[in-house]
Amino acid sequence: MFDLDRWQEIFQTLRKNKLRTALSGFTIAFAILLFTLLFGVGNGLKHTFEKQFASDAVNSVYVYGGRTTKPYKGMQSGRNIQYRNDDAKFMNEKFEDEIQFFSPNIQRSMQVIYKGEQNRYTIRGVYPDYQPLESAVVQDGRFLTYLDIERRSKVVAIGRLVEKDLFGNLSGLGKNLNIEGISYKVVGVFNDPGGDNDERFIYAPFTTIQGMYKPNDELDYFGLTFNPKMDVDQALAFSNLLTKLLKEKHNVDPRDQGAIRVRNYAEGTRDVQSFMMVLNVIILFIGIGTLIAGIIGISNIMVYIVKERTKELGIRKALGATPKSIVGMIMLESIFVTALAGYSGLMLGVFALRALGDTLEKYFILNPSVETYVVVGATIVLIIAGTIAGYIPAKRAARIKPIVALNDE
Amino acid sequence: MIKIEKLHKSYPIGKDSLHVLKGLDLHIKEGEFVSIMGSSGSGKSTLLNIVGLLDGHDEGNYFLNGQKIENLDEKKAAILRNKFLGFIFQSFNLITYKTAVENVSLPLYYQGMGRKERQKIALQYLEKVGLKDRADHLPSELSGGEKQRVAVARALATKPKVILADEPTGALDSITSASVMELLKEINRDGMTVFVITHEEDIAEQTDRIVRLKDGVIISDELTAKKVNA
Repeated sequence: MFDLDRWQEIFQTLRKNKLRTALSGFTIAFAILLFTLLFGVGNGLKHTFEKQFASDAVNSVYVYGGRTTKPYKGMQSGRNIQYRNDDAKFMNEKFEDEIQFFSPNIQRSMQVIYKGEQNRYTIRGVYPDYQPLESAVVQDGRFLTYLDIERRSKVVAIGRLVEKDLFGNLSGLGKNLNIEGISYKVVGVFNDPGGDNDERFIYAPFTTIQGMYKPNDELDYFGLTFNPKMDVDQALAFSNLLTKLLKEKHNVDPRDQGAIRVRNYAEGTRDVQSFMMVLNVIILFIGIGTLIAGIIGISNIMVYIVKERTKELGIRKALGATPKSIVGMIMLESIFVTALAGYSGLMLGVFALRALGDTLEKYFILNPSVETYVVVGATIVLIIAGTIAGYIPAKRAARIKPIVALNDE
Repeated sequence: MIKIEKLHKSYPIGKDSLHVLKGLDLHIKEGEFVSIMGSSGSGKSTLLNIVGLLDGHDEGNYFLNGQKIENLDEKKAAILRNKFLGFIFQSFNLITYKTAVENVSLPLYYQGMGRKERQKIALQYLEKVGLKDRADHLPSELSGGEKQRVAVARALATKPKVILADEPTGALDSITSASVMELLKEINRDGMTVFVITHEEDIAEQTDRIVRLKDGVIISDELTAKKVNA
């Protein structure tokens, strides 16, 4: 029910008592401002961590070879484990359900020349599946395809910084690069959230590189991602089983840590997740604490205001104000001031965060911001808080006998 | 208009209770101009509070405008006060942040009257007490006598049955006291029942009937010379 007269009465009271209104409003606005800034900065920290771990797919697993450190089944230690194409086949057959993307990899550092410019880059011979593994994003042209693999095409996808080094501001797309005397056509340019190093790679079809630089069907290592439906424990169990089977296949002592090395990102992901959770709890705890402090602040001020207005309320009662109208008046005032001040604090905080933007990036705070649901939720909490803060003193005010209130000086 | 029978009232003080009103009988008819005299502690303020429905009584009967007052909750009391009674206080009790006209219209607001009508009626009553040109002044910009006249206008605004005045001149000098008393007499001449509480003899003498109170009992109740002569 909207009662214009009642609102006019409230606006007048608030307007004529500016200091009182400003003080109570300031308390709540300040609390909400702090709350918003804290939440925003916390989110900024979270964004930084998310970005750090977005450089590679979070479900990546890398499988490296090495030298044995223990003699096993009559073989001496120090034996080199060399992966071959049949290892790729073996893994894909054994773990059809567990593996999402899979690519064997050959990696070499080579001299790359385009007209007058030259530089050394890491050339990786990979399958098309390697793109999601690296979280690479194609910005021009395309990545490698299975047709390239089949035809052993002499094509490359180059990192954004390779293009910048060799072609300056011009596009490298469709140009031919001279890589150790052999000409490759640039079919794509990609960027990578992993940063500068990841943008200085050159990717070529696995079969092309293997045929040219490796005897027979040897290769260097494997990159794969596990099925994202698996949780951390399942993922770790999967990589442990993978390690065990590869050791059996290559006759490596099960206790040998050197020859077959499997690096599972899930482990790191778990640490990051628990760290993020702790960070979330801390932010939530301090945020709620700030909000509660603000609510207590406004309750105190409301109690004081009602005390200060005892005489006025007594006069109103003597003139015919019912207890209900007194409660209603004080509560509406309280809710109005709380909601308005809280909302201004919120908006101030949101604008401050927007103004900050990425200026604090070197302090690990990236794009500090608050989500809409936090904004809406906090506003609702405020209105409820204003109601509670107003209700208790209003009830008390309504109980004061007019005769007592009138004698109050 | 006001009929009181064997009214008792006591206040608890710690374990004991203080018996303030000890069986009062009083009958005030419509249109009377009555003053209650008594020194402090005689029970006159308690009587006014009970008559004004600001406080309840323990024993006895109280009829206001023929209606028996009993088991009043705050809401009913507020409505009855608004309808039947107009208050004038020693310390004026104007709301400090409201202008004269807003103070006068406040009881009308609690009657649920619209804003424009409130404003119109409030101005009429300010005119009646001779303060129309002060309508937009705050109480702090008015003299004591003017404040009390605003309070009188406020008491009259709802067209009550009885005006209750508690030491209406207690905070005023003799000249302004006289003008306020003139105003009350004028209101009474218009037919309003006026009930004044005072401890000043010369104020009481300007009314038509003096009821003297001492230690919670009525010791005398007589018409003044003025009334007798008239």
